[in-house]
Amino acid sequence: MASLKELKSRISSVKNTQKITRAMQMVAAAKLRKAQEAAESARPYAERIRGVISNLANSMGDGGDAPKLLIGTGSQDTVLLVVATADRGLCGGFNTNIVRKAREEIVALERAGKTVKLYVIGKKGYDQLNRLYSANIVKYISLKEERKLHAGIARNIGEDVTAMFDAGEFDVAKLIFANFKNVMEQVPVSQTIIPANASIEVADEDAGGPDLNGAIYTYEPDEAGILRVLLPRSINTQIFSALLENQAGEMGSKMAAMDSATRNAGDMIDKLTLTFNRTRQARITSELIEIISGAEAL
Amino acid sequence: MADTLTFSLVSPERELFSGQVDQVDLPGTEGDLGVLPNHSPLMAAIRTGAITVYSNGSEEKFFVEGGFADVTPAGLTVLAEVATPLADVDPADLTARIEKARAELEMMSDEKAMAHRLHIDGLEAIFNMV
Repeated sequence: MASLKELKSRISSVKNTQKITRAMQMVAAAKLRKAQEAAESARPYAERIRGVISNLANSMGDGGDAPKLLIGTGSQDTVLLVVATADRGLCGGFNTNIVRKAREEIVALERAGKTVKLYVIGKKGYDQLNRLYSANIVKYISLKEERKLHAGIARNIGEDVTAMFDAGEFDVAKLIFANFKNVMEQVPVSQTIIPANASIEVADEDAGGPDLNGAIYTYEPDEAGILRVLLPRSINTQIFSALLENQAGEMGSKMAAMDSATRNAGDMIDKLTLTFNRTRQARITSELIEIISGAEAL
Repeated sequence: MADTLTFSLVSPERELFSGQVDQVDLPGTEGDLGVLPNHSPLMAAIRTGAITVYSNGSEEKFFVEGGFADVTPAGLTVLAEVATPLADVDPADLTARIEKARAELEMMSDEKAMAHRLHIDGLEAIFNMV
């Protein structure tokens, strides 16, 4: 059995760990609230831009002059997976879940004979994917240096992706991130961002387009001109909202993980304290017995 | 005039303005335009410049960098790439950006330069306002 001194130092070390996990939990809770607010305030823009594109796409049809970003290159041989994860660990299975989703996609695509390229955002995802698919990774970005998520980051990534598409480096782009449902649940999803019409069909059913009372939209400049500018922007927006969802998810997951860590530490302290008291009592008893039997022997 | 226009200005980060107004002036890529209540449906691209919102005799200005204006019977929505209330624009920061943009202009191909020059003009116009 461990000595009293050993037990004492173990108790205090677990107590210190508990303090740290509790602090991390509270920090995550505060950051979660901010992240949720950010995600909330970015929503109107994302919704409007999606509505506008589905409107335009409907009025343009699949005409020959439709931009490639909308209708695709006509082939689907090379797929770019944009995998967004967090830069920090200690947030439960958050990063692992996203990477697992990405791996499922990669396996399925490779089985279908397609070439897969990976564009990885976030250090944790990179570390995990680099072990298995280092040959597929074309680009890696860490957001560790950024103190706050802003639209500019997403714009840089989006422009990068669009430039790669224009250079013919891939045919289809999918975005993999975790959708924030609540603190306990973040669902990894894969969303097609290029070609854009793949994502529009779904959006169309609930959007339905505004009621124009039979009037006709005027476009300034023409529809194709507007789409050319609008589509890259919509990609940036989708990346931005994915990053925001991720941020909220990471914080939520971290909060849950740290909460259970704090609870586990509490359980451990209870158990150790019990053992400590028992050991102490046993020692006192045996000391007493020694004294008494010593006295009797006289 | 009894009619008012429902106007909302949204940037990717947040909604900057939402409410009933009398008139909104926009810097369109094809020229400036004013939107009054009951405007016909219109979709216009926006260049860098100032948006002026008129309501109840007072006016409010916003600095926008590119985006779209969407007019429907329900009202006007401006989707701006970057939007800031004019009062929050920092002249020193703006000067730095104008200079940087000018330097970039030198390296550009002709077709891109056109759009870029418009951008610089917009920045300068804003600079004159603050």
